[in-house]
Amino acid sequence: MAFTLYTLIQTAILCINAIAVLHEERFLSKMGWGADQGVGGFGDDPGVKAQILNLIRSVRTVMRGGVVVNSGGYRVLQLLGERICDNASWCI
Amino acid sequence: MDYSAAQSGFRQQHNMRLRNSSVDGPDGGQLFDDTSAAGPANQGVYRNQQAGPQAAGPPGQSFLSDPMSNLAMVYGSSLATQGREMVDKNLDRFIPISKLKYYFAVDTVYVGKKLGILVFPYMHKNWEVSYQQDTPVAPRFDVNAPDLYIPTMAFITYILVAGLALGTQNRFSPELLGVQASSALVWLIMEVLAVLLSLYLVTVNTDLTTIDLVAFSGYKYVGMIIGIIAGLLFGRLAYYLSMLWFCGAIFVFMIRTLRLKLLSEAAAEGKLVRGTRNQLRMYLTMSIAAAQPVFMYWLTYHLIR
Repeated sequence: MAFTLYTLIQTAILCINAIAVLHEERFLSKMGWGADQGVGGFGDDPGVKAQILNLIRSVRTVMRGGVVVNSGGYRVLQLLGERICDNASWCI
Repeated sequence: MDYSAAQSGFRQQHNMRLRNSSVDGPDGGQLFDDTSAAGPANQGVYRNQQAGPQAAGPPGQSFLSDPMSNLAMVYGSSLATQGREMVDKNLDRFIPISKLKYYFAVDTVYVGKKLGILVFPYMHKNWEVSYQQDTPVAPRFDVNAPDLYIPTMAFITYILVAGLALGTQNRFSPELLGVQASSALVWLIMEVLAVLLSLYLVTVNTDLTTIDLVAFSGYKYVGMIIGIIAGLLFGRLAYYLSMLWFCGAIFVFMIRTLRLKLLSEAAAEGKLVRGTRNQLRMYLTMSIAAAQPVFMYWLTYHLIR
């Protein structure tokens, strides 16, 4: 399978966008994954679920400023990447 | 892209260092340092060599005594020093060079022993990394310390051997080398990121750095190389047998190395410790170790037809 660095960057952007668009009220709280439901034990081990919730919440906080992907930004990146990949015979 | 940036930074540093040393030369009127203070027996030989550079001295000195060119040379050397400091400072922000130097402090004995452990980890008894005042000992002095020399060399050799294997099947073209390289690099990056993510989720307090994880992920390339070469020389059966052997070897190697770093003290010594956290850690160790043979097979099976 020919993976390139460009597909890695693409995958990373899409994954972060997928985490960023999870809506707090409509979706996460319904599933019991809201931001206030994870911080239970202030003991020594937070547990896997609390860590995942922390991760989701921090990604959403960071991406709150620029949801680049859902605008035309991703399409521009894709066109740019295709142009780079077409002009060069290698595609790193 | 990270590699090329690092390499150009290194090359720039090297060039500036060369320029600096060549500019410092004419201070004493000699172009080379005089290292002939060995003994009376050698001075007869060295006196001839001294006469050589000094004969070149006077014509050079007439060039240097010109104040403008002297000034230009001093200015140039100070510019070079400034530039080198700036490159050092900025490069250190992105790539911790001093930390990287630790991972490349290896010697031949260490490499030999480490390769032996990678191929046959069943006889090795003591897997602990020895520390020296809270910092790990350099790989030169401790076989169990991770290094980056073997993974880097194994990675490059893997790309070359992959090109060789493709060539024997008449599927080779120079672009394929780049494709293979970027593909293997991407898998490496994804594996390291996955391990980092799982370490974060399980909240393990370890002193495993990212570079350690890169080193551990790079150790499987040794087995892959030998598997591909065996498959090229002796056919598919040899490929499967050697892959089987090296998958087992890397599995045992990873478990024994990671056990000491990830699990708590009691569990690492083999006692059964209850509790979900220790169980999670054990599962994490097993899954990291089990992912290695999968990657080994995944990255090589398309090369042996």
